[in-house]
Amino acid sequence: MLYLMAITAGVLFAAGIFMILRRSMVKVLVGILLLGYAANLLLFNAAPLMRGVPPLIDPIYGVPAEYADPVPQALILTAIVISFSVTAFAVVLIRRAYAVTGTGDLDNMHCTDIPCESEEILSDLEDEII
Amino acid sequence: MIIYPILLPLIFAIITVLFWENQQVKRALSIISTGLLMIVNINIFFLVYREGIQVVQVGDWPAPFGISLVVDLFSAIMLLTTSIIAFLLAIYSFSGIDLARRKFGYFPLFQFLLMGVNGALCTGDLFNLYVWFEVMLMSSFVLIALGGERTQIEGAIKYVILNLLASTLFLSAIGLTYNLAGTLNMADLALRLQVVQTSGQVTVIAVLFLVAFGIKSAIFPLFFWLPASYHTPPVTITALFSALLTKVGMYTLIRFFTLLFPFESEFTHTIILTSAGFTMLTGVLGAASQTDLRRLLSFHIISQIGYIFMGLGLFTEYAIAASIYFLVHIILAKTALFLSAGMVESIQGSFDLKKLGGLYKHRIGLSMLFLLPALSVAGLPPFSGFFAKLGLIIAGLESKQYFIIGLALFVSLMTLFSMTKVWNEAYWKPPKDSQYADQQKPVSAWRWVPSITIVLFSVLLGLLANPIFEVCQMAAAQLMDPTQYIRAVLGMVR
Repeated sequence: MLYLMAITAGVLFAAGIFMILRRSMVKVLVGILLLGYAANLLLFNAAPLMRGVPPLIDPIYGVPAEYADPVPQALILTAIVISFSVTAFAVVLIRRAYAVTGTGDLDNMHCTDIPCESEEILSDLEDEII
Repeated sequence: MIIYPILLPLIFAIITVLFWENQQVKRALSIISTGLLMIVNINIFFLVYREGIQVVQVGDWPAPFGISLVVDLFSAIMLLTTSIIAFLLAIYSFSGIDLARRKFGYFPLFQFLLMGVNGALCTGDLFNLYVWFEVMLMSSFVLIALGGERTQIEGAIKYVILNLLASTLFLSAIGLTYNLAGTLNMADLALRLQVVQTSGQVTVIAVLFLVAFGIKSAIFPLFFWLPASYHTPPVTITALFSALLTKVGMYTLIRFFTLLFPFESEFTHTIILTSAGFTMLTGVLGAASQTDLRRLLSFHIISQIGYIFMGLGLFTEYAIAASIYFLVHIILAKTALFLSAGMVESIQGSFDLKKLGGLYKHRIGLSMLFLLPALSVAGLPPFSGFFAKLGLIIAGLESKQYFIIGLALFVSLMTLFSMTKVWNEAYWKPPKDSQYADQQKPVSAWRWVPSITIVLFSVLLGLLANPIFEVCQMAAAQLMDPTQYIRAVLGMVR
């Protein structure tokens, strides 16, 4: 089980990094999502996985020999909420970016480096990219 | 006491949201909030200065189980500096932020950003730190995109993606840390990592944290998002980001590598020193090629980050003290430069050095507001930059790292060259005919007052270098001796 989890997390990381290296904004967003899942899965494995043992300690019987660690679950819960809100923002931002720039290709987003007021430079560059 | 820096901005953010339509109330509230925050932080600073490290166990849970808030002298210095900047920027933004942006939630976001920054500076828990970083990032995401101009949106996309990647790495590193040590309390971790530090895993985690915070604080080779995004929002927001966000990343790196990973010095500190050298050099070379004032200053942020990082890489008490002094110096001087750039833009309507000119002829006061912090950043005596760099170079000489000293001096010269270029183009060049009309244009008092105050603070930091540097040395002594921190949080040394 541990190996399965580890390999899954690794594959998710690899897929996420592959996706954020793409040129399309939507694919980059998918990459960010996958990376979030990968990190959550990694957190999930931070404590040993075990079945059928209690996470709470009974005051009468004292500390049992085996108990499940609830902390990683609590951490993941927080991380999921955060990644949910961040993703919601990223989706809106990408939608807005598409509306403003009219392109979903990150290579066309060079207004931060070359001022876009000079239309000539811009069209020249677009010719080059195409 | 030390919970107020987090509570105050939260409460005022919520109240500000309730007065969404009323601009006057929002203004007043943001002044009151940041003013109160400044008073509270001055008190905290003197409390920590007199009585040592302050700890609050949130919800009264005992230390390694609950979340601890810890303020040592380093945190207190940072809290004080950020709140001064926040107060002055809140005043500046009445004129520096246009009405559309102010109507659309600029002030609540400003407060939430402050809450995130203060939380990150106060917390003593690893996961809590992650949460504060996210609070800070979310507010900064919206602030950078606020207004929706084309360049802003494009800059925001680059900024958001890179920072989300950094957060993911940070989260993964937290998972691995918990797996290794079974705790997330930073004081407890410092104890446990000493025990397990024989395994290579600690180094892996240290480097993961280094990369995660390296992206956030824009060190070489992870800084490329900064010059692509920082110049796009209005200059007040750029000043806010440059003063708070990258510097909090730097604060966290210094905290981590003094408290959690002080034993791995051979490997990680070689990486840190190398990266620091490249950060200084690439930043200043990037700045040399720019003709847009905001982009030029953004590149200088990177270059100056390299100096702070160099102090961490040298890793002696004196070097850390110099880094802390440098951190305060650069926060003040850089903000002053951005604010003066904003005033220039409000007169001549551009940040392009080719279009600017002749400001010195009729506006000597305004020129001084650029000249003094610029000389300070370049490191000329008697300004604070000189003493900050002197401290780093003395520390370097003691550790016999001659190469990095040479580089630091060279970069200093390049910085002076770059500032001279701005001075020649924007201020000293004879004004064009079209610019005579601009000379009569008044600059709002909302801009004058904070700019002058911040330049005064910056000059004072240089003139009072000796007592302030002594405080920084005390802070560095606390950082280099983690047992004080551990004892304050856990109540004893096990």
